[in-house]
Parts: sequence; structure tokens; C-alpha cells
Amino acid sequence: MEYFVQQLINGLTLGSIYGLIAIGYTMVYGIIGMINFAHGDIFMIGAFIALATFLVLTTILGITFLPVVLLLVLIVSMLFTSAWGWTVERLAYRPLRGSFRLAPLITAIGMSIVLQNFVQVTQGARVKPLPPQIEGGITLMSGSSDAGTISAQLSYMQIIIIGTTFVLMVAFSLLISKTPLGRAQRACEQDRKMASLLGVNVDRTISLTFIMGAALASVAGLMFLLLYGVIDFYIGFLAGVKAFTAAVLGGIGSLPGAMLGGLLIGLIEVFWSAYFSVEYKDVAAFSILAIVLIFMPSGLLGKPEIEKV
Amino acid sequence: MAGTGQVPAGTTPVAPKNADVPQTRMARALRESLIAGALAAILGFFFLALRTDIVTGGLNVTTRWGLWLTAIAIVFAGRMALNLFWFDRDWGSGKPARKTIVAALPSGKTVGRVALLFALVLPFLFMALFPNKDRQFIDLSILIMTYIMLGWGLNIVVGLAGLLDLGYVAFYAVGAYSFGLSAHYLGLGFWTALPMAGLLAATWGLILGFPVLRLRGDYLAIVTLAFGEMIRIVLINWNDFTGGPNGISGIPKPTFFGLEIGRGEGSFGDVFGIPYDPIHRFVFLYYIILVLALLTNFVTMRLRRLPIGRAWEALREDEIACRSLGINTRNTKLSAFSIGAMFAGFAGSFFATRQGFISPESFTFLESAIILAIVVLGGLGSQIGIVIASVVMVGGIELLRNLNFLKQVFGPSFEPTEFRMLIFGLAMVVIMVWKPRGLVSTREPSATLKEKKLIKADQVAQGEGH
Repeated sequence: MEYFVQQLINGLTLGSIYGLIAIGYTMVYGIIGMINFAHGDIFMIGAFIALATFLVLTTILGITFLPVVLLLVLIVSMLFTSAWGWTVERLAYRPLRGSFRLAPLITAIGMSIVLQNFVQVTQGARVKPLPPQIEGGITLMSGSSDAGTISAQLSYMQIIIIGTTFVLMVAFSLLISKTPLGRAQRACEQDRKMASLLGVNVDRTISLTFIMGAALASVAGLMFLLLYGVIDFYIGFLAGVKAFTAAVLGGIGSLPGAMLGGLLIGLIEVFWSAYFSVEYKDVAAFSILAIVLIFMPSGLLGKPEIEKV
Repeated sequence: MAGTGQVPAGTTPVAPKNADVPQTRMARALRESLIAGALAAILGFFFLALRTDIVTGGLNVTTRWGLWLTAIAIVFAGRMALNLFWFDRDWGSGKPARKTIVAALPSGKTVGRVALLFALVLPFLFMALFPNKDRQFIDLSILIMTYIMLGWGLNIVVGLAGLLDLGYVAFYAVGAYSFGLSAHYLGLGFWTALPMAGLLAATWGLILGFPVLRLRGDYLAIVTLAFGEMIRIVLINWNDFTGGPNGISGIPKPTFFGLEIGRGEGSFGDVFGIPYDPIHRFVFLYYIILVLALLTNFVTMRLRRLPIGRAWEALREDEIACRSLGINTRNTKLSAFSIGAMFAGFAGSFFATRQGFISPESFTFLESAIILAIVVLGGLGSQIGIVIASVVMVGGIELLRNLNFLKQVFGPSFEPTEFRMLIFGLAMVVIMVWKPRGLVSTREPSATLKEKKLIKADQVAQGEGH
């Protein structure tokens, strides 16, 4: 039981990170109908910026009070990663707007290769370890078994990750449903041409979508850095594929779907590694995706696509 | 920012087109370059100006202001040059009609014949012209030819049937491993294993194609990507059978009707009385892959004229219309998947015999992405376009390996091969933005009434993934 609860907590933590990245995929897909393959690498960029900021703040500027440091890191990495997200859209996707569908997919894959190799060239291929910064936690329950005492622990790190994700999700839902920006975004999602006729600045709305997606990905990057303590230039690919899987599983284009999909993929992965085999955790996640899509071709919460003739 | 929708691609949206304030070209170029430079400063700050390195006792940050400032200067100058000589160039009265590579040439058929002739004599050309580097060049040609074959195979799935497949490398892996494993466990030779590899890959195409029949567009893309990754993960982890991450080595070379290409009694050179030269093996491999690639091309061209090929193209254009006309969309999709997979299987077993060693490392998503990029950059559905794209992309990145003279310019610590994939990715983006419909953007129609006319690529529904 304790083991189960512990895995549940771990799964939710991992799922939160996937969910935050998945939102970026799903928003971009909803608004311009393309898979932003470079999004996973934007997450990686976010993690690297967070690491560099953290080191500058602690070693060069000598700030030691951790909450202040983390808050500053969060703000700086969100800002700078947003700039990356905006630039990628501007250079690789906007010139191809209105072109056929595979063209932006290819530039997205190209951008993903560019970002990975840019970071590899400028920061080196070796992994960057960061010692754990937030330690300790709350013991929820403990019991004894044949192997000794097992306890389910909720670490402060996990509380911060799940809490931040929750807050961001609420803020984000409000942003989409209540603000003029969210309204413009939903309008562009439904009909871009009509929205522009009604005075919505479509290009600006799309740019802002990319900026928001990148900002959320950078939060996920910071969390990944703090949780695992190891990053390299290649983390974006796998995280990106998982997050995209999550977005598709939840129904691409749907925000609650992305979060739900992220949590599910996180839980599947953690439980599969805990009870079956670590090696095949990705196979498990992908199989669940295939099975769900066979029975629900537009994901769990996605709207079925109705094609008019 | 109003009205940026009408601004031609490439101009900065940050600069409003204010008609009231007359701007000289210079002033605008200067401002846009400043913006680009500032952006480069922001983007590059954490990657160029700072560098984190592992030192004893943790991580350390070092600063590289010189590099950062150089990069800003390059971006500023580049943007300035672009603005002055490209975007604001006087285009005259309207832009000149864009010429496509093939439209300027006589016709697709003539180009194809010339290219074929060239391909047939290529090894001898290399041997005659570059006696010292012939082995390297023929090896590169073999690599390019492999990608041409894979591109032609994937073209059946993506270009003709319009199904977006991001996991094509899975079938390549199936082909390679089916030869590798059958050589390892059963001692089969290349020629016996080749048809089997194709069959196995085609079967896998059916197996993986079946569950995704109902999926469309990007759902299809992610599931095929997932299948590709799954096959790779299984290959890595099934240690007892596939050798895991270490792969399989000692895969035999192909024989010429039972004659080994090598030294000694009963070998090819011995029987035909040609003195042995290590280059023979490369030339032989080159002709094998050339024949395999031509087979792929021939089968594709023939299939396009058969009802099945017409059904593929109809499916690409409109699935609902297709169904209403009584075309069995399930069989049509499955046949596209499995025939495409079969050619990947052939190419895979060729890859295994060429390398003599295979491991899951060779079958990553990047490989799928490169093949798809070749198909799309060449111009979807265009056979000659795929040849051009393969030569440009694969040949181009291999040539970047030979840029050691740059070490003299930038110092010995400069490693040009590191920039290979960076340049590859940039080339993908630039070519696509420059020619969104691919390098060859006209098609020969499959079916014609009275006369043959070239059709423009944008008249064709491409890869919408129905």
C-alpha cells in the first residue's frame, strides 16, 4: 500500500511535467494545426537557461536564500525561453503559413535538430549535474514488510512541482476563458480568416501562443532540472515525444485533455517501471496511446473531427 | 503590427509599415538589423556568453563575451545585407516568374535518362578521375543511393497515398535485423535473406498499419512515430536475441552468384581473371543498391498506372469521395503501407550487409526525419526530386566532414564535424522556407486526357494524412 501511494505521488509529479509541456503542443496544434516538433527542445532550452541562471545567481552574485533564487530563476528562464519560442515561430513557421501541411512539419523537425545541436556545440555534449537543492519531505504513512520498513514520502520538491502545476493550470484556464487574449485565441482556433476580418490580429495571437507555450515549457524545464538534477542537450526529444503523446492521448487541441494525458502518461510510466520492467516503460506508454486511439480516434477529450463534403 | 499578414515572408513584423513617415531604405534596414542584433543578444546570452562546465565540486560558469559579441555582430551584418540586397531589392514591375529546376530543363524523362546513365558509369568515373579518393567517393555514392531508395519507398506512403508516416525507419530496422539475425543464427546469405527481409518488413507494415487505419493526419503521425520507437526499444532490450545495444556483428558480404568478392581461390577476381583490388567490393555494393533503387522506382512508376496506384492518389486527394466511389480504403491504405515497408526492408538488409554490423543506434527517429525530409524537400511525389534532395542533403552533410582546413582558420580546438547536424537542420529550414513545395514542384500526371501537361505541386493535395 505504501509502495503504491509512493508510486502514485511519483507518477503525478512526472505527469505534471509532461502536462506542462503537452499544453504547448496542444495550444499550437489547436491554433495553427501543426505539430511543433521543436517544442521538446524549447523545454530543453528552458532547462539550460534555468541552470545557467541558477549558477550565475548563486556563484557569481552570491545570493544564497533559496526561495528568492528559485523565483528569479523561474522569471528569467520564462522570459528568455519565450524569446526562443517566438523566434522559432517567426523564422520557421510564419513564412510557411498557408502553405501545405507538411512544410511546417519539416521546418519544425529541422528547428529541433538546430536547437539540439546548437546547445551541444555551445554548451558541450556532457551531462550537467546539479546537486539536489530542496531536500526533505513529509512522511505520509509507513509500514513494515518483508524487505523492511517502507514509507510513502511526499517530498517538498514534489509538493512544489504539483502545486506550481496546479496554480499554472488554473491561471491558464482563466487566461483562456476570461481575458481578451484568450478570446482572440479561441476565435483564431475556430476560424482564422473570420477572426482576422473581425479585427483580431492573427499573427500576434499566434506569436503569443508560442510565447505562452514556451514559458510553460521553461517551467517544466526548471522542474525537470530540480527533480532529476541532470540535464543534457538530448532531454528534449524524449520528453517532447512523451508530452506529444500525452497531448494526443488527451485529445489534441484540448487543454484539460493535455493535462489529463500528461498525468496518465506519467502514471503509466511510473507504475509500469515499479511493477513490471523499467526497460519497457516507453513501450507501455506508447501501447496505451495506440489502444486508446484505436477505440477513440480523437483522444480522450478531443472533439471528433467532422468532415463536411 | 497591423496588417503584418500582407508583409512578404522574411520582413520583421516588429517594424510597423507606417506609410506616413517616409523611411529611407537605409533607415529601415538599420532599425531591423538592430532589432535582429538585440534578439541575437537575448537568445545567445545563456548559450554563447555563458558556458557551464563540470569542475571538481560541481558546476562552474565561465563567460565568453567575445563569442557573444561576434555572434551579435554577425546577425546584425547578416540582417543588414539581407535587407539591402534581398528583401528591398528592386523587383521591377512585379516579381519575376519563379523557375523550378525541372521546368527549365527539357522534361522529366530526359533528365531521368541522363541521371540513370550517369549513375551507371559513376564508379568508373570516380576510379578514372580520383584514383586516390575513389573508395571514399563510391562509399558516399552508396550511402546517397540508399537514401534515394528509402526516399522512393517512403514516397509511396507519403507522396502517393498521402499517409504521414514518421516511423518509416522501423521497417528499415526490421529489414536490417532480419538479415542480421538470419545470418547470425541460420547462416543465410544476403541473396536468400533479401526477399525474406522484404517480406518480413511488408508483414510488419500490415501489422502496424492495421490498428491505425482509422486514424488521420497527426494522430497517424504520432502513432507511427511511437511504433518506430517501440521497435527500437525492443531491439535494445531483447538482449538474448538481438544482442541489445551491442548489436550484431560479422554479417556476411554479398556474393556474386556464389563467388566471393575478395582474395583467394574461387573468388570473383580469380574466376574472371581480374587482379584483386579492394575497390571491387565497393563497386559491387554500389551496383547492388543501384539495382535495388531502380527496382523501387520501376515498381512505383508501374503501380501508379495500375488501379492500385490510382486508388492511392485518389485516397490522398479525398478519402470520402474515394469511399463513395467504392474504393476499398482499408486495402488501399494497407497496400501502401506494406509496399512502402517492403522497400525499406530491402534497403535495411542492404544496409546490414554493407556495414557488416548493425545496432539499434542506426535506427533512431532522426533517421526517419531525414528520410521524410528528403521526400518533402525533393517535392512530394516527384521521383527525380528525391534524387536531388538526397544528393544535396546527404552528400552535403558528408562533405562537411572534410572541412578540416577550417581548423587553420579558427584554431585547432575548432571541430567542424560538430557543426554538421547544425548545418543540416538549418538547411532543412532554409530550403523549406525558400521552396515550400520542394525543389521540384511540378508533377507528371498519372492519368491524362488527350495530352500530357505538367501539373503544379500546389494543385495536388499532399500529405494531408487522410
